[in-house]
Amino acid sequence: MVDLALRDAPAAVSSPPDRLRLLGRLRLIDGSFRTITFAAAVSVLVILGGVIVALIEGALPALQAFGLDFLTTSRWNPVTEKFGALAPIYGTLVTSLIAMTIAVPFGILIAMFLTELCPMWLRRPIGIAIELLAGIPSIIYGIWGLFVFAPFLQHTLQPALIDLFGPVPILSTLFAGPPYGIGVLTAGLILAIMVLPFVTSISRDVFEAVPPVLKEAAYGLGCTTWEVFRHVVIPFARVGVTGGVMLGLGRALGETMAVTFVIGNAHRISGSLLAPGTTISATIANEFTEALGDLYTSSLVALGLILFVITFVVLAIARYMLMRIERKIG
Amino acid sequence: MMLYRRRRFANSVVMTLSVVATVIGLGWLVLVLGALLWNGFGSLSVAVFTEMTPPPGSAGGLLNPIVGSLMMSGVAVAIGTPIGILAGTYMAEYGRYSMLTSVVRFINDILLSAPSIVVGLFIYEVVVRPLGHFSGIAGSLALAVLVVPVVVRTTEDMLLTVPKELREAATALGLPRSHVIANVSYRAARAGIVTGILLAVARISGETAPLLFTALNNQFFSADMTQPLASLPVVIFQFAMSPYPDWQKLAWAGALIITFAVLALSISARALSATRTNS
Amino acid sequence: MSSTGLSHGSNTVPAPVVAARAALADADEKVAIRNVDFYYGDNRALKSISVSLYARRVTAFIGPSGCGKSTLLRILNRIYDLYPNQRAEGEVLLDGNNILDAKQDLNLLRARVGMVFQKPTPFPMSIYENIAFGIRLYEPLPKSEMDGRVEQALKRAALWNEVKDKLSANGLSLSGGQQQRLCIARTVAVQPEVILLDEPCSALDPISTAKIEELIDELKTEYTIAIVTHNMQQAARVSDYTAFMYLGELVEFDTTSKMFTSPVDPRTQDYITGRFG
Repeated sequence: MVDLALRDAPAAVSSPPDRLRLLGRLRLIDGSFRTITFAAAVSVLVILGGVIVALIEGALPALQAFGLDFLTTSRWNPVTEKFGALAPIYGTLVTSLIAMTIAVPFGILIAMFLTELCPMWLRRPIGIAIELLAGIPSIIYGIWGLFVFAPFLQHTLQPALIDLFGPVPILSTLFAGPPYGIGVLTAGLILAIMVLPFVTSISRDVFEAVPPVLKEAAYGLGCTTWEVFRHVVIPFARVGVTGGVMLGLGRALGETMAVTFVIGNAHRISGSLLAPGTTISATIANEFTEALGDLYTSSLVALGLILFVITFVVLAIARYMLMRIERKIG
Repeated sequence: MMLYRRRRFANSVVMTLSVVATVIGLGWLVLVLGALLWNGFGSLSVAVFTEMTPPPGSAGGLLNPIVGSLMMSGVAVAIGTPIGILAGTYMAEYGRYSMLTSVVRFINDILLSAPSIVVGLFIYEVVVRPLGHFSGIAGSLALAVLVVPVVVRTTEDMLLTVPKELREAATALGLPRSHVIANVSYRAARAGIVTGILLAVARISGETAPLLFTALNNQFFSADMTQPLASLPVVIFQFAMSPYPDWQKLAWAGALIITFAVLALSISARALSATRTNS
Repeated sequence: MSSTGLSHGSNTVPAPVVAARAALADADEKVAIRNVDFYYGDNRALKSISVSLYARRVTAFIGPSGCGKSTLLRILNRIYDLYPNQRAEGEVLLDGNNILDAKQDLNLLRARVGMVFQKPTPFPMSIYENIAFGIRLYEPLPKSEMDGRVEQALKRAALWNEVKDKLSANGLSLSGGQQQRLCIARTVAVQPEVILLDEPCSALDPISTAKIEELIDELKTEYTIAIVTHNMQQAARVSDYTAFMYLGELVEFDTTSKMFTSPVDPRTQDYITGRFG
């Protein structure tokens, strides 16, 4: 064995021309692989470009027919083929606003609990639970909202709100009408539950990235936990948390299934949060396959285009802010 | 001392709030899962896995949507994963310092959280409309568009954690770059890349919106990808919104199945990445 | 990085090189480094370095950290080419051919000039594969011959007896010293002409270090070896020639015995006697 190996050794040294011939083939493989990976990377951009082009093309008939009116009117009449996007845009913004108003303070408080207060042994399980919940598909929240949460609200929270704010001038319109169970408020609450894990886990990551020396220095001055949090952690983490909040907002704006189940799909803008409404994504989900006529379909695609533009801007801001905090930490 | 007492008071107020928020936040989530388990298990039976979706008012199961979902997810992963891995490879290996990589990363991160219903519209416009009919393939393509960003992100991240010494050592042997990547970088990052694929599967297995008007639905058993195909999420949506109690029960059973699948995938992805960090 | 206008300036003819060449005319010049500059972006890390590596001799590069000794080594197989913004200027002649030439095929060059790194870098695969993997690319050998080559390489690196019964075990399961010898075996297996060792013992315990030093002594009967080390005793033990570098310049280059007994430059004296670094 040894003999063989040693005897082989000098002969086994490939002569340069031999290696050169092999090298030609290797170079070809190398070059092709590089080109293929490059093409794959570019395809990510192509997907985005494709989405934009396809949506614009699909939306063109509606945009040509209605012009700017599409954005400013709320009529939605498949029979007369008159469409305006104001009601779904309004619904999208209001439900997302409700969701963020609730999810942001809750998310930040939970993240604060996890980084500052929570006993060590409990941090990982809670952290994991929150991340797992962020992965649960939205249709689950939707079905729960429809069968459990909406009836519950109809019998408890909504009558209470109506009674409570009935005599108050402005708030009475906000909570006017019969308690349907489903409606804008319910959709907003479900969205809040859905977005909460996102806001929480990003805030926690950002809070944990605050250099310990900064916090220790503040504690060394005799600050309480809350004071350290407010004056050291929050200023440091502000950009990152804003990024996380925007990311959550992006989710809320584009979320379809959780909302579609419980919003009621009514094309009208109501002053009351208890009334049924609709969002962009819920309108598309509910009506697209049943849409007859090119103008109807095109109007729904135009809604999709509006949604995409809004979420693109929000997500771009979110990513920009998260990039800034990464650079600060890194 | 007065001031100090006030500071202490403010502190305890906020701390209490944070505990309350955590309890309420987690409580909601427990409520959601509890209702799901309660209703889901109540509706689960062998028939769910062996029988076709029934017409209203009669008993049946979810066999055809389960098969449809598996088929579409499988094809979506088969299409999306190679693209994602190759794109991530370019970003972490060849183009690590290039402008293109920064742009792709930014766009990819946006696609990662873009509304999935928009992806459905996109595939409707470029596949369904030209072909003139809904199909399982269109559904798969829509899901594949959702798979790509997840895999790109994890592949790039994982390849970036491969120590540069390892890459240099392989290069110093005279190995061409493609061999270094295939035999050293991929091997070192394998667990992480597989984690990314699992997460991508988890992501798409509950997706409903992009399937509504690409794969549509199918009342009958079909394995033909060129025809409309039933999927679990779409059937859940349709059945839950219906007025028939039988259908609603099946919707709960389907929701439970999806949740279990997603949790199993996320937990195994997590376990896999944990073993990687331990070794 | 100013070159402070010291007497051994970068623009003059490198006198130490001439001295060393005269001193050991018995060895062939394998690698000739001529007026090489190196840049990290705009930062000039090496200033007009000229030095030679002789066939079947060990040349040690010493100097305080940051002096550019590792950078110089990384030029010789052009591993720096992996990174943008790093570039070398000047000439590096390997058997008379300039390897800094744009037309130089890098894979071929690296197959001829092997490198072992500071941290042991076994690939995430079996011990056998760690070695066979590099060979297979250039020489598609049948299994039996491959076995022989792997065994030969492991013997060359004095690792065979320790691993012969567990060739299919993962390379990462070995101890640090064994891992480093595996890396040497892997480099030797490709049958290079020059071996570059970049602080190969800095992560190892004294016993493993002794083994590797022994190994270097044996390897030099066949290969041209360059070793970067921050350990002067090691340089004195293993090398035939020593180059002292400081702030990106080559201060002095001579036979090891002369360098350690009667260095010419005051900075070399200071470093060797431990006054800085």
